[in-house]
Amino acid sequence: MCLAIPARVLEVRGHRAKVDFGGAVREVDVTLVDARPGQYVLVHAGFAIQVLDKREAEEMLRAWEEVLGA
Amino acid sequence: MEVSARFRDQRLAERLAKKIRALEPREPVRICHVCGTHEWTISHYGIRSLLPDSVEVVAGPGCPVCITPASLIDAAVELALSGVVVATYGDMFRAPGARAPSLYQARAEGADVRVVYSITDAVKMAREEKDREFVFFAIGFETTAPLTAVEVLRRPPDNLSFLVAHRLIPPAMEALANMEDLAIGGFIAPGHVSTIIGAEPYAIFPERYNMPVVIAGFEPLDVLMAIYMLLKQIKDGVAKLENEYTRAVRWRGNERAKEFMRKAFDIADGAWRGLGVIPSSALELKEGLRKHDAIERYGLNVSLDGQGDIPPGCRCHEIMVGRAYPTDCPLFLRACRPNRPIGPCMVSVEGTCRIWALEGGWFKG
Ligand code: SF4
Repeated sequence: MCLAIPARVLEVRGHRAKVDFGGAVREVDVTLVDARPGQYVLVHAGFAIQVLDKREAEEMLRAWEEVLGA
Repeated sequence: MEVSARFRDQRLAERLAKKIRALEPREPVRICHVCGTHEWTISHYGIRSLLPDSVEVVAGPGCPVCITPASLIDAAVELALSGVVVATYGDMFRAPGARAPSLYQARAEGADVRVVYSITDAVKMAREEKDREFVFFAIGFETTAPLTAVEVLRRPPDNLSFLVAHRLIPPAMEALANMEDLAIGGFIAPGHVSTIIGAEPYAIFPERYNMPVVIAGFEPLDVLMAIYMLLKQIKDGVAKLENEYTRAVRWRGNERAKEFMRKAFDIADGAWRGLGVIPSSALELKEGLRKHDAIERYGLNVSLDGQGDIPPGCRCHEIMVGRAYPTDCPLFLRACRPNRPIGPCMVSVEGTCRIWALEGGWFKG
């Protein structure tokens, strides 16, 4: 139930947006976020609940690679 | 997204597992998570099998369907059988009540019960079928509550009311922290709840309980990293709040979502199925929105005494706080199975018993 799935924002119109879940395009409610086309959002039960920070994700992975000496 | 896939990287996972084993604590350590999706990741990827023998990971009350009181399910079934259309999320539909059977069985008896993907679908249905009365059974934690808030504040149609059963995670974690026999050594905090509430509310655990907390995402690497970070803190003798899921969780969370929640709800004491009443752990509609409150509209009598929450022989109340494993229940995979569940933990896809039945969470080594 608490599962939220990342999707890429294609187009925003008012509080609705078209998003792409890796191929499946759906409409979601974006009242709770400021989402711009091209960004990734987490979608839960038809609502975008947060914008994903791609830079943070990459920094985290880089930091781990370092810690793990990979 | 390709970044997500990298959080499943096998090579990094193996190195991380090695690092975790190198941190093997001498005294037993019990780590508790509070999220059905974390349990799924842990069970599905066999993460328990990668941990040193002295480290145990248990599941707390992180399954919204499992913790929704049987008395509220009874109320929903009663409404459905009286001719009101009851709409709700996924497997809430199959959860058994105390007096009444599940909504699923009510439907077999002719009631109009509808499973929706989003609360917005229920609003739409109510708008389209003006001659019917609708109740949306709003369950879930902070991830889901803002969605209810948005729709409640958006002037829903008069023929729609809400049976609000939202519960809050930090007060439940605090209740667990206060159960001394559980001896929790650290928490993995739930990522998606945290996208809304932020990291901030967990600061009380290191401060007041000297308990480390790491907020984690849901890929196997996220969970392994959280376990590593917790064990590292324990080894260093510190208790801090750390965030592993920085790609989605900010310190203050989603301010707009929190604002919607503040406008729609007051905080109240809440009953949790099998766990009793936890102070300040529930949301109820604000005074001005009460005309959309199903409990008021239909004069429902919902008791908080927990009668009938746990069927005879079922140990969900112990499993939901990590006091027992599903394999400790004599009914597990015998009388109680995913296709004919006895307790709520075997009903929901986020219930620990169901996850263990399907994914083998007990697998060690
Ligand atoms: S296996 Fe079934 S009966 Fe046993 S605790 Fe789990 S849900 Fe309850």
